[in-house]
Parts: sequence; C-alpha cells; structure tokens
Amino acid sequence: MAATLTQDEALFQFLLRMGDNTLILGHRVSEWCGHAPVLEEDIALANTALDLIGQTQMWLGLAGEVQGAGKSADDLAFLRDVWDFRNVLLVEVPNEDFGRTLMRQFLFDAWHSIQLGHLMKSSDPRIAAIAAKTSKEVAYHLERSADTVVGLGDGTEESHGFMQAALDYLWPYVGEMFTSDAVDAAMVDAGIAPDPAALRSDYDALILRVLGDATLTVPDSRFAHKGGRTGAMHTEHLGHLLTHMQWLQRAYPGASW
Amino acid sequence: MYAQMVKSEASTDDPEKLAAFQARIDAGEKIEPKDWMPAGYRKTLIRQIGQHAHSEIVGQLPEGNWITRAPTLERKAILLAKVQDEAGHGLYLYCAAETLGVSRDELTEMLLDGRMKYSSIFNYPTLNWADMGAVGWLVDGAAILNQVPLQRTSFGPYSRAMIRVCKEESFHARQGFDVIRKMANGTPAQKKMAQDALNRLWFPALMMFGPSDADSVHSTQSMAWKIKMNTNDELRQKFVDQTVPQIEFLGLDLPDAGIKWNEERGHYDYSDPDWDEFFDVIQGNGPCNTDRLAARNKAWQDGQWVRDGLLAHARKTAARKVAAE
Repeated sequence: MAATLTQDEALFQFLLRMGDNTLILGHRVSEWCGHAPVLEEDIALANTALDLIGQTQMWLGLAGEVQGAGKSADDLAFLRDVWDFRNVLLVEVPNEDFGRTLMRQFLFDAWHSIQLGHLMKSSDPRIAAIAAKTSKEVAYHLERSADTVVGLGDGTEESHGFMQAALDYLWPYVGEMFTSDAVDAAMVDAGIAPDPAALRSDYDALILRVLGDATLTVPDSRFAHKGGRTGAMHTEHLGHLLTHMQWLQRAYPGASW
Repeated sequence: MYAQMVKSEASTDDPEKLAAFQARIDAGEKIEPKDWMPAGYRKTLIRQIGQHAHSEIVGQLPEGNWITRAPTLERKAILLAKVQDEAGHGLYLYCAAETLGVSRDELTEMLLDGRMKYSSIFNYPTLNWADMGAVGWLVDGAAILNQVPLQRTSFGPYSRAMIRVCKEESFHARQGFDVIRKMANGTPAQKKMAQDALNRLWFPALMMFGPSDADSVHSTQSMAWKIKMNTNDELRQKFVDQTVPQIEFLGLDLPDAGIKWNEERGHYDYSDPDWDEFFDVIQGNGPCNTDRLAARNKAWQDGQWVRDGLLAHARKTAARKVAAE
C-alpha cells in the first residue's frame, strides 16, 4: 500500500476486507452441509453460512460501486485471484473438525460484532446501514458460537481436548484482526471505521470471559500470522477454496446463471 | 415419495376396536398420538414417517455437493436456504415420529445400520450445475404430488408436518425450475448441462412413486388407513402430465422416446422405468448408496464427542443450578 493511496482506493480495500471475510468464512461453513454432528447443527451452520453470504453481497456490492469499474459483487467474488483477496487468514483455514470450526467462528464473531458496533456509527451512511443490518445477525452468531464453545470446553474430557487443540491451533491467527496499515489510517481519518488495534481490549475482555467459562487456557503468546488482510501472503488453503468456488465462472466465462 | 415401498403391517387387534378406529378415519377425523390406534397403524407410520425424515437428511448430500461450487452468490444463498429447509423438514418429521413412541436417535441408528431406508432418488449423483435445477423441478416436484394429499392424512402430527413442508417445497420446485430455465436458455454448454440433467434424472424421478400398482403389495391397508392417499400409478401419471409441457416450454428434448399424447386416455403415454434398476437401488446397489450411507455414518461417528460434550455440559449446568438453589 503506497503513500499515494486515494481515499476511494482505501475505501475499496476496506470494503474488500469486510466482504472477503464474510465470503470466505461463509464458504468454509457451507462445506459442512449434511455432515454436522446433529441435525440442529446442520440447520444452524447452514443458517450462519447463509447470513454470511448475504452480508458478502452487501459489502462486495458496495465495493464494486466504490471501485467504479462496473464490477458486481459476483465479479469480485468469482473472478479475482488469491493475491487480490483481503480476508484475514483466520477465516480461510480448513474446517478440520467441528471443534475447530466453532472455535474459528467464535474468534471471528467476537471481532465481527465489536467491529460492526463501531461501523454502525460510521461517517459513511452506506456502511452504517450495512452494519446496522448485519450486526443483528452477528449478535446471534456470537451468542451461538460462544455458547457452543463453552458447552464443548466445559463438556467431557474429550470435548475439552478438542476445543483446547482448536484454540491452540487458531490462536496465532487472531492477532491479524488487530493490525493496522495505511488503509486503516485513511478510514480512521475519515471517520469511516475504527483503528483495528483499538478493538483489542474489548475483544480480549470478551473472549477471556467466554474461554474462562469454557475452562480453556489461552496460549501465552501474541505471535500473529499476517498477510491476509493486506494480500501480501495468504495460506496455501485459499487457492484450493477458490478453485472450488470459482470453477463454474472460470470454466464458462460470460455465462449467466 | 420420500417414502417408498413402505411395508404395511397387518393388525391383530380386537376387531371391535379396529372397526371403531376405521370408522373414525372414514369420518375424516384426525388420529392424535394419545388416541388408541392399531399396532399395525403405529408401526407402518413409524416406518413411513421415519423413511420420509431420513430422505430429507440424506437428501442434503446431493445438493450439498454443489453448494461450494454454486456459480453466483445469489444461487449459493438460495441453495443454502433450500438445504436448510430440508434439514428443518427432517426435524419436524422426526418430531412427528417421536409422538408414536420412537426416538430420533433410535431412528437414526436404524438408518445408519441399514434397517431403515430413504428415497431411492438420493442414491443418484448430481453431476453438473443444472442438476440443482432438475432436483428442485423434478424431484421436489414429484415429492409435492405425494405430499399435497398427505396434508389430509389421518395421523394429526404427520398431516400438520406435511402442511408446513408443502409450503416450502413448492418454493423449492419453483426455484429449481428457475435454475433449469436459465440453463435451457443459456449458452450451448449450459443447455447441454440442462439436457444431461433431465436425461439422467427423468427415470429416477418416475421411480420415486414406487412400483406399478399391480406390483405394489402394501397399498391396500395403507390406503384404508389414509396413510397413503393415491396409488403409485395415479401420481406418476399426474407427474408426467404436468412435466412434459414444461419440458417443451424449456425447449429441451424429451428424455423418453415413448412420451406421446394419448388422445383417448387424455394423458401422456410414457415408458416404464427399468424396475430392475429400481430394485437394485433399493437393495443398496445404486450409484451412490455406499457413499451416502458412509457420509451419514461418518458425520454421526465424528459428531459423537460433540453430542457427548454438550450433554455433559447441560448436566453440569443443571446440577450447578440445583446446588445454588
């Protein structure tokens, strides 16, 4: 991100970050369809994925408008390559098992709900409107993922083990949500979005309470993998996800579906 | 016909009670869970509702196969909503079955070890995106023909579940038709996908209604009890009659050279499906039986720790609450 970043370019990047997070996480969650541990979870996972895809349509739709190159939300979702994605690495790691899936969801939902709380007060009314609408869904996502994390952490010895392993694996991916760069500085200056670093204390308070109730131990490290939200370096997993997600649009260019 | 070939149980109950029960059914009364009912009625319904519920659950898999490859955000959202509805249908149906004295876990175990069946249609693969249209249009369309009359079935909880299910299914069939119409009017490659989906799924859809009435041994008792409302052949003919004009509207080729309007009967003639293939599928030899059941078994086994964990937590929470009081 060079110093010559215009306001619209920064806003476009910011909107991609919001939309790519929901797109990629929505995709991951949708991979569970028909394979959940219990019927209620099949329904809840499909519902979460559905909300996230709906949110993606709003964020990427606005991103396309701001970019001004005539691109739709679908164009942005289906026709960009890995280096143009701006989601945090946390949302692209594979599902692995139900424990990791729900822990990832919780760690993201906690950030997402705090972020949307700030965005509801954005100086950009389009962003404030999307935040107002989506924050209701996300409040429910957080309630559910937090309850499940507590239930499984404080369940059997076995379920506790799964959840601790999930937290240990995912913890190095948490820090990226709180890193700031020139895009964020431009958003802060314009009163559009908060400084990511400023959300960390609220986030820590929230997750420490829930993870405490879940009888889980937060790893004693602040090391953070980075590169997703800037696009500098994604995980190897994202390319595989995109080959699935984008296949029809890539194989049959120009078709209308 | 998410429930096919349901074996109807004969009743050995007291003839006087049986006659009174039949009179209630003939008078159009609903039988409720606490009412007296013949053991055969209960058993047959458990089998039928259970099979229907299992079909909704296994039916998530062929559509789930395309959720991650849906070509637009809107199509992906619609497909997710549809599959979520189906899981919801499974839930109401298991609840309806539970009122008959069988738990959801018992029914699930019977599905997983092969003692109970699900609809033959879900043992066919979904191979291209147009299948998502064809499944809604043909498979849900066929299911609706069976489920609409079942809204009037004699068992109250089943009837009420069907009323709710039918509302959502008609939306599914419409969205399926919308997908296939888009494909049929799309590029040559898309049209090819639509034709391929229709050709592959046509006969399996006809099989959903079950074997011909002449070979259907379980119908009479179930029809007397109003558990089954129409014969298999009646519904199959209705399906063919409503679908052939739609195929023509789409500009697709008919999937069966035997389809021809019969002026005298006032119906379309059509070729019988290959019933040997149907019985193969029912006996476990369909293209996807092994994989579908393996997927359900894996989900259940992998999920054991989750169910155990949540149950243990619920017990601890309840115990803490009691201790605090």
